[in-house]
Amino acid sequence: MKVLVLVKRVPAPGAKINITADEQAVDTKNLGFAMSPHEECGVELAVQLVEAHGGTSTVMTLGAQEAEEQLRYAVSLGVDNAILVPTDVDDWDPMATAKALASAITEAEAGEPFDLIIFGNESADSGGYQVGIRAAHALDRPIVSGIKAIEIDGEMVKARRQTVAGLEEYRLTMPAIVAVKEGITLPRYPTMKGRLNARKAEVVASAQPHTPGGQKRVRLVPAPEQASNTVVLGEGPEAAARIVDLLVELGVLS
Amino acid sequence: MKLLVLVDHDRGVLDELTLQAMTAARSIGSIEAVVMGAYPALAPILAEYGAETVHVVTHDLLSDYGSEAWADALVQAMLILGAQAIAPGTDRGNEVMAHVGALLNSPVVANCNEITAGDGDWSIVRTRWGGSLLEETTLTADRKLLTITPHAVVAEPAPAAGTVQMLEVELNEAVARTIVADRVTADGGITLQTAPVVVAGGRGVGNPENFAALDELAGLIGGAVGCSRVVTNNGWRSHAEQVGQTGTRVAPDLYIACGISGAIQHWVGMMGSKRVLAINTDREAPMVTKADYAVIGDVNEIVPAVIAAIKAR
Repeated sequence: MKVLVLVKRVPAPGAKINITADEQAVDTKNLGFAMSPHEECGVELAVQLVEAHGGTSTVMTLGAQEAEEQLRYAVSLGVDNAILVPTDVDDWDPMATAKALASAITEAEAGEPFDLIIFGNESADSGGYQVGIRAAHALDRPIVSGIKAIEIDGEMVKARRQTVAGLEEYRLTMPAIVAVKEGITLPRYPTMKGRLNARKAEVVASAQPHTPGGQKRVRLVPAPEQASNTVVLGEGPEAAARIVDLLVELGVLS
Repeated sequence: MKLLVLVDHDRGVLDELTLQAMTAARSIGSIEAVVMGAYPALAPILAEYGAETVHVVTHDLLSDYGSEAWADALVQAMLILGAQAIAPGTDRGNEVMAHVGALLNSPVVANCNEITAGDGDWSIVRTRWGGSLLEETTLTADRKLLTITPHAVVAEPAPAAGTVQMLEVELNEAVARTIVADRVTADGGITLQTAPVVVAGGRGVGNPENFAALDELAGLIGGAVGCSRVVTNNGWRSHAEQVGQTGTRVAPDLYIACGISGAIQHWVGMMGSKRVLAINTDREAPMVTKADYAVIGDVNEIVPAVIAAIKAR
């Protein structure tokens, strides 16, 4: 099967985020970069599907030239092909991103659709929850999001989503699209051979026009710190009795 | 200006984040609720939280959830009623609104915290980076589509008429392809999302074996065990237990954070908790400074002491 996975270069999760002086962007001077966590699991899924069913995997990103780093990382994990949709301006909005990706996907397919396209459910930085769905509409394919498990059954993808009550299953006929969540796979680490492949890999550029939607950033501000009124109950195991008292007070223990 | 709030429900069972979205939406005007499927029994609670009208949208393809069916029906409701639409920032809310945005070729602003609405553009403050950054953004569109960040506002009742209006829509059979096909129900035990108490462990727990004490404590107090991302990345616990931006979002009565430093990506997954108790060696850890209660020390000494104290009662 032909599988495509989409990734986005973002500052490594957990890093302390500072804002540039013009309040328009995250100050990336001292930051490491990664792909969004959901997408890391999506890359692993693409590799596993091709290992199990044969075929080829491709990774695509829309971003600055530096995003090649994330494409090469995906190749080091076993993805076969890499495509960069290069951007010169920072932070395309979701409509612009989806439009350019859908058009780059159509170009890459050249009439032979990817059986399965994998998006991350939402990016770690902007978190718009919509690029995959908009691209699916542009490509006229079914999509389900929030997917935590999938199974390929002939022409069908069984995709499962976690809910409060358990799991919901959706059944899509391929070619289809899923937006996945972290936990669908446990990403592997690159091998030495993988790293060598990544260094040699050709990254295909697929330039697309920029068509901004109607969402315009004014500025970024750090979230206000929550006021702290922490009641310190005590220190060490001697505080156990105080914790039990608290559990009773809150009605957790009767 | 008419404002529709999409009600997130599963075959008539309300997702309570809808009530937060209704509360947020009331800050810009009077609201009407939209229920997909013939579930008029939801009307009283929606009236209590401010719905002047409850539109119950009916069609055979709306008896169970399907993102395309709900989106197509919501677009029709918006056009018939001449309204803007707001949804809770749940899995379903975000998914449906993205489809609506694609159908209307209109932007969708996800995870909004504050909305200043006017006749033209709207000014919005939204969450980025799972909550560590706020983005001030301007929305230019004929049809405004927003989702509301979970736990950005506290749901407040504001009784309104809640008059039920049935609304019939026409749907293309093709939307059936994304309707829930089957379900696997949880085994009826306490789940992480519904547990009244969550006992969560982080890096400070040290190794997978030490989680046995957290399991035991959770068992004693009717809670579920959760963990931070570093724990699942280390393979100590399964991803199903991860609380945070990329894991499960929980809002228990009490969240006991054991050896969790409290990075923003974790905090956003449990910030809806009514009370937080942090157990940590570091008095300055964000989890300790943001918690309601804290005990300073090694979780691997304190949790066993708590278990012993409970058993001794």
